[in-house]
Amino acid sequence: MTQEVAVLGVGMHPWGKWGRSFVEYGVAAAQAALADAGLDWRDIGSIIGADTVRGGYPGYVAGATFAKALGWQGARVTSVYAACASGAQAVDTARAQILSGLADAVLVVGADAAPKGFFRPAGGDRPDDPDWLRFRILGATNPVYFGLYARRRMALHGDTTDDFAQVKVKNAAMGALNPKARYRSPVTAEEVAASAVVADPLRLLDICATSDGGAAVVLSSMEFARRHGHAEPVRIRAVSTVTPRYPNAVLDLPDIATDSAVAVDPPGETFRRSIARTAYEEAGVGPEDLSLAEVYDLSTALELQWYEDLGLCGEGEGVKLLRDGATALGGRIPVNVSGGLASFGEAVPAQAIAQVCELAWQLRGAAGDRQVAGARVGISANQGLFGHGSAVIAVR
Amino acid sequence: MVAGWFAGDGDAFRLLGTRCAACASVFFPREDHHCRNPSCGGGELEEIALSRRGRVWSYTDSRYRPPSPYVSDPELPWEPCALIAVELEAERIVVLGQAAPEVTVADLTVGMEAEVVPGVLHEDAETTWTTWHWRPTGVTA
Ligand SMILES: [Zn+2]
Repeated sequence: MTQEVAVLGVGMHPWGKWGRSFVEYGVAAAQAALADAGLDWRDIGSIIGADTVRGGYPGYVAGATFAKALGWQGARVTSVYAACASGAQAVDTARAQILSGLADAVLVVGADAAPKGFFRPAGGDRPDDPDWLRFRILGATNPVYFGLYARRRMALHGDTTDDFAQVKVKNAAMGALNPKARYRSPVTAEEVAASAVVADPLRLLDICATSDGGAAVVLSSMEFARRHGHAEPVRIRAVSTVTPRYPNAVLDLPDIATDSAVAVDPPGETFRRSIARTAYEEAGVGPEDLSLAEVYDLSTALELQWYEDLGLCGEGEGVKLLRDGATALGGRIPVNVSGGLASFGEAVPAQAIAQVCELAWQLRGAAGDRQVAGARVGISANQGLFGHGSAVIAVR
Repeated sequence: MVAGWFAGDGDAFRLLGTRCAACASVFFPREDHHCRNPSCGGGELEEIALSRRGRVWSYTDSRYRPPSPYVSDPELPWEPCALIAVELEAERIVVLGQAAPEVTVADLTVGMEAEVVPGVLHEDAETTWTTWHWRPTGVTA
C-alpha cells in the first residue's frame, strides 16, 4: 500500500456544447478548484494538463497552455496524453510527484471542446495506425464496439434492451440533480426505445454524446494539507493505470482483432477486471467497502459490465443488481450518481478528473440532492483507446 | 491500402496472418516485426492463412454513415452495414469484419457459423478496393 495524497480542491466547468476553446473551460475549472482548496495559483508548485488532440496544436501541450492562461508563475509543468485515460494518468502523475517529494501541491486540469457527431481519427493516410484502419477498412465507430459488447451480453447473460434502457433512466434521474451535467431532464424507458438505433442493439439514448467540458483537482501531500488548514481532507488511496496482459482476448477499441490465445491461455481475469483489482489491492479495500462508484458508461450496456468488473456482483448478474435498485441513489452501491457520461457526455481529457471531483464532493457530504448518505469510500473506473484503463479510490 | 491481409479467389479466399516460429502465436492483422507474446524470446514471423470458418462472437451494424477516413458516396443514401466479430477456433482469435452486403443483423445470432469471402470496400473510376467479408453459412449447431 502506498501513502495517501489529499484532495484539497475540486472544480468543473459545466458540460455542454458551448462552442468555446478548451483553454477557457480548463481555466474556469482550475480557478474553481483553487478557490475550493483555499489556495492561490502562486501556491501551486506543479501543474499537469490532460491533453486533447481536438483543440488543435496547443492541446498537445495542455499543461503549459493552462499555466500561461492562469499566468506564468514558474511552476513545474507536465502534459499527459492517454485518450480517455488522460485525466487518470494526469492524477497518477500528480500523485507520483507528491509522494516523491517533487511537489507539495499540484493542479491537475483536463478540458476539451469536442467535435459534433462521431469521434474520428486525425486526417491523412495512416495505415500504420490501428485507429485509422478500423475507420478506413470497417467504418467501425466507437458505437460499433459498444454494440458488439451489448449484443454479446444479450447472448451470454440474457440482458435485454429494456434492461439497457433502465440504466439510462437511472443515470438521467441522477444527472437531473447535478448542476454541472449537460442533460438535466429525466428520461423514460419509452423515450430510449423511441430513439433511433445507432449500432444494433443500442439506440441514441443508450450511447453517450460528445461534449465540451472541463474539470480540475488540487492534490497535495498530507503535510501540506494540514499546514493549510485541511485537517481531514478527502484522500486518494489508489490510482490504477494497468495495461492488459497477453493475450487480451476481448475485442478492444480500436483493434480489428483480439490477441490469439493459441500459444498462451488468456489470463484468469479480463483487462477490465484487472483495472479495478489493482486499485483494490493498492488501497487495501474491496468492493464490499464501497459507498459509491463512478464508471465510464460510454453505453448503457457497458455500465452493467462495470458492475461485474468492479466486483459489485458476480459475472452475468449486472442486470439483477440494477433491477434490485442497488445501483440507484439510496441503493446499496449507487453507480454514477453524478449522472455519468449519460448526463455529461464525453469531454475526453476531463472526464476521468470529473469522476474524482464527484468522489470528492460525495465523500465530503457536499453533493447536495444527489448525496450518498454517509459516503466513506468511492471508486472511479474508466477505459479508453489503445489498452488504457484506470481506477481511482478515494476515502475520507 | 493494406498489403498482405488476404489472398485468393472464391473458395480459396483466406485472411492472411503471421505466426511466430518460436511460440506459435498468431497475429492478425499481420505482425512482421516482433512477436508480441511477452514470454517469448522471439522467432521468425511466417505468413499463414487463417481458418476459413468460425463462430459469430458478436455482431452489430452502423445505422449512420461512418466519418472519414471511411469512404462512401455522399450522393447515395446510407445503407446500414452489418459488422461481425468471428471467433476462429484453431487460431483462438476473434476477427472483426463487415458482413457480406446482403446480410443484416436480422440474419445473425451469436454462435452461428460464418465464413470469410472476398468483398469490395468501394470503387471509383480507376480503382476497386477489395476487402474481406463475413457471411453466415447457415450452420447454427
Ligand atoms: Zn513468439
